[in-house]
Amino acid sequence: MHYRNVWTEVPSAVVVNTPSRFGRAIGKYIVAVSDACTDCLKCVAVCPTGVFQARGGKLVPPLDHRCLGVECAKKSDRCVRNCPEDAIRVSLNPSCSALGDKRWTPDLLISTWYMAETGSLPENDVEYRVGGSGGGFDKLRFLFPKQPPRPTLDKKCIDTSISLNKRDDGRLKIDIGIPVYGGGMSFGSISQITMLSRIRAFAAWNSFTCTGEGGYPEALYPFDDFIITQVATGLFGVREETIQRVKIVEFKYAQGAKPGLGGHLLGPKVTEAVARIRETVPGSSLFSPFPFHSVYSVEDHKKHVDWIKATNPKGLVSVKVSTPTDVDMVAVGSYYAGAHIIHIDGSYGGTGAAPDVAKKNIAMPIEYAIPKVHNFLRNEGVRDQITLIASGGIRTAYDVAKAIALGADGVVTGTSDLVALECVRCHNCESGRGCARGIATTDLELVGLMDLTWGSQRIINMLSCWKDQLQEILFRFGMESVRELVGRTDVLAHLDYNTDVPDDDIRVPQQ
Amino acid sequence: MPTKYHIDVHPTASRFPTIGRSGIVDWGEGCLKCAQCVKHACIYQAYRDRFFSSDIFGDTIDELCKSCFRCVQGCPKRLIHKTVNPEWEALGDDVYTPEVITITWNQAQSGKIPVSGAGYGGAFAGDGFDSMWTDMSEIVRPTRDGIHGREYISTVVDIGRRPMRLEFDGDRLLTQLAPSIRIPIPIIFDLFPFGRLSSALWRAVAQAAARLGTLAIVPRAEASNLDDLAANLVPYLGTDRVDPVSMKGYRMVEIADSEDALLRMATFKRARPDLLVSVRMKAYSSAEQIGRVLELHEAGADMIHYVADERGREPGVENGLHVKDIIREVHRVLMTEGLRDEITFMCSGGLGMAEHVIKSMLCGANLVGVDVPLLIALECRVCRNCREGGECPVRMEKIDPQWGSRRIVNLVGAWHNQLLEMMGAMGIREARRLRGEQGRVMFMEDLETDTFAQLFGGRD
Repeated sequence: MHYRNVWTEVPSAVVVNTPSRFGRAIGKYIVAVSDACTDCLKCVAVCPTGVFQARGGKLVPPLDHRCLGVECAKKSDRCVRNCPEDAIRVSLNPSCSALGDKRWTPDLLISTWYMAETGSLPENDVEYRVGGSGGGFDKLRFLFPKQPPRPTLDKKCIDTSISLNKRDDGRLKIDIGIPVYGGGMSFGSISQITMLSRIRAFAAWNSFTCTGEGGYPEALYPFDDFIITQVATGLFGVREETIQRVKIVEFKYAQGAKPGLGGHLLGPKVTEAVARIRETVPGSSLFSPFPFHSVYSVEDHKKHVDWIKATNPKGLVSVKVSTPTDVDMVAVGSYYAGAHIIHIDGSYGGTGAAPDVAKKNIAMPIEYAIPKVHNFLRNEGVRDQITLIASGGIRTAYDVAKAIALGADGVVTGTSDLVALECVRCHNCESGRGCARGIATTDLELVGLMDLTWGSQRIINMLSCWKDQLQEILFRFGMESVRELVGRTDVLAHLDYNTDVPDDDIRVPQQ
Repeated sequence: MPTKYHIDVHPTASRFPTIGRSGIVDWGEGCLKCAQCVKHACIYQAYRDRFFSSDIFGDTIDELCKSCFRCVQGCPKRLIHKTVNPEWEALGDDVYTPEVITITWNQAQSGKIPVSGAGYGGAFAGDGFDSMWTDMSEIVRPTRDGIHGREYISTVVDIGRRPMRLEFDGDRLLTQLAPSIRIPIPIIFDLFPFGRLSSALWRAVAQAAARLGTLAIVPRAEASNLDDLAANLVPYLGTDRVDPVSMKGYRMVEIADSEDALLRMATFKRARPDLLVSVRMKAYSSAEQIGRVLELHEAGADMIHYVADERGREPGVENGLHVKDIIREVHRVLMTEGLRDEITFMCSGGLGMAEHVIKSMLCGANLVGVDVPLLIALECRVCRNCREGGECPVRMEKIDPQWGSRRIVNLVGAWHNQLLEMMGAMGIREARRLRGEQGRVMFMEDLETDTFAQLFGGRD
């Protein structure tokens, strides 16, 4: 077939090199070539990572995000020393200081961009595992055995799939290929291209993406089988028909970034198209209320779940909640109401717009909530009948594995997908025309900055690298399946409690 | 139901250029003069709209730039960079951090609650107030829609002694009620630990208190210049013996605790039974100091005002407790003594953000005093030069009181909205109910004990 319709087709989960849309990618180091350069191209020959490239006999601007660093450059057989004109300078990128924040450090952004471009781990010394928040996932480490317990395991065959229906209730049995699916981001908060890029990429890995509460644009119809539709308090665009389209329906009670507060889409982002899908008026700010005004008890909640089950007789029901003190009780309540998935969204989760005071202060971080809920469900004797999904600050493959080791079955991501699409965490998604990088925007000009094939491929690449990392981590523990990792806190150490914790970089070979 | 309390805010520009977090560093040298320069692609048109401002004797580009990094990334010679501003990094201290100062400036300028995109980017947790998270309710009992609310969330609190019961003879009330003051927000303005404190500044503070309907504690000498605003002032009398009859127009005075404090208070109570007396005490968590609280209450104090140092710690104590823990300890003792409901307990010192108000109250304070944030609203950079007699970089002594009061009202307006958001999330509609609601707080030490300490503690 010579013609492929990217708008309807699920792409294959194969890595394709996909460079930045905005010139050269940002890296930890910068490589500058001065006017003294005579295009002798010695540097092209000596660089081990292909920083230097020539086109038509001329050196093009160096791909400095591939650079292994100042120490490498200084070696006698590398670029700086081999340049006859002394035209090459390698230094730390001064722009890194202004990039990112404590949770998404410049290193995490840079390494995620690298994975999205190449599908592999960066080769230089950027920290790709943890951020700099000083707590939670950033203080947890894996305690790998010195030697692989089962060296004969085939890494590539280690099972990373999880089951989303653990109840024996005659409804769909759904397994997803990776223990990750895409969290709700509504049409309006992000562009349709961004939405479809995520959906296609997760579909490629046989997983799902949630619509968020912005309705169900027609462009999503070809991917019905890979979509979770969300029923949130604003009920924007929720119709019987949209509930019946899909295999999984998610109730959003609360969101980790703004627990206990309603959603908020500012007027400028409500374009004609957004307004049509949401069944509202262009240009007017949209608030979804808090809470569901029809739910004041677990009994009411059960009615909600029953309503969805009656409308969609085969579908699964997920319940997304935030992390209050009684999150364990909420989880067990959802189980008894008949949910298949309990999705807990921790307080450091993402959003298109929320009051800073809420993001920082309300509800507990996911790292505390996962073991709390996992243990409570286990003590209730129902843990093996419900799928526990965690989100709210999952940034890396290591975070995924740590969340699972703490007790979740799988995780939901959002921000990391956007970082794969070259989000820089400038925190301006909500203002004016929206995202300057064409991700979280509905502005026609800005939306045009991203191409669907490019976007899908970047996320496919990142997920591919994550899957490889997960398989490597599982291999080092001698586990055949990611399901064996659930609740295995014994494979973790915490830097506040444990001393002499070894480095857990999987780029360093096990003995 | 009381009439809905609303704070009118008006955008009020700063007098000086604000110090931003980062700046563009743009080397012209080596420029290739590309036909399609990345600077033309700026979606905020920062490069087009920039100009040399004679107000700041500098380029306005850093005010326009939103840090999207597209020009940084796009320049083929890597001539454009974006770096953190060292002047910004050097602002303030570990309590009034550069982030806190910036966010306070923005609120004083706009009057708006800070909203941004993407998840929280700060540290996992920290000292003091940053080691607490407030609760939320998935299915809140009273229906509410945050600040756009249908049901009213009240931030009213009362200052004064409360009787534990009322006695009647038929329809006649026998219990003698102590005087009390009702204020619409649980915040009053406190004395400043530093600052170039001119009469204009005190007028700005007093005017803001009057517009907000709350109180400002001011030095006695300054209070006498502000007679028109007396109802919203609390003259601070220190340890002076002041003639109670001279305290006209005020509803409350504050005295310092000292050996003869009971005597001075008694003089006031005799001559002016209608006037509330607040006693200013050093915020110690020791049994002696809390014992003194009980003694002062016994003797008729209307409010106990605990003052921590400007970093929110026990004053002069090495490794002193944080104000949140001091409040918890006082609250605990007052509960044990069965006196908690009779006493109005206020805390101040080291409260820098809206969330600190709620967190202090959840720990057990009835209301709080705020100091340094008001100065920051007036553009203070917390450099503390004034303390050594140095020059104030923002000429605090020269402010216009009208401008100053608008900036303070804006800040409190933004804080008020944040209180509503946090209370709404908890499903608490009454600020009075926040006091000591420790069940609606998650303390980091408790979460650690319940989870990570169980999993990882005692393993080594």
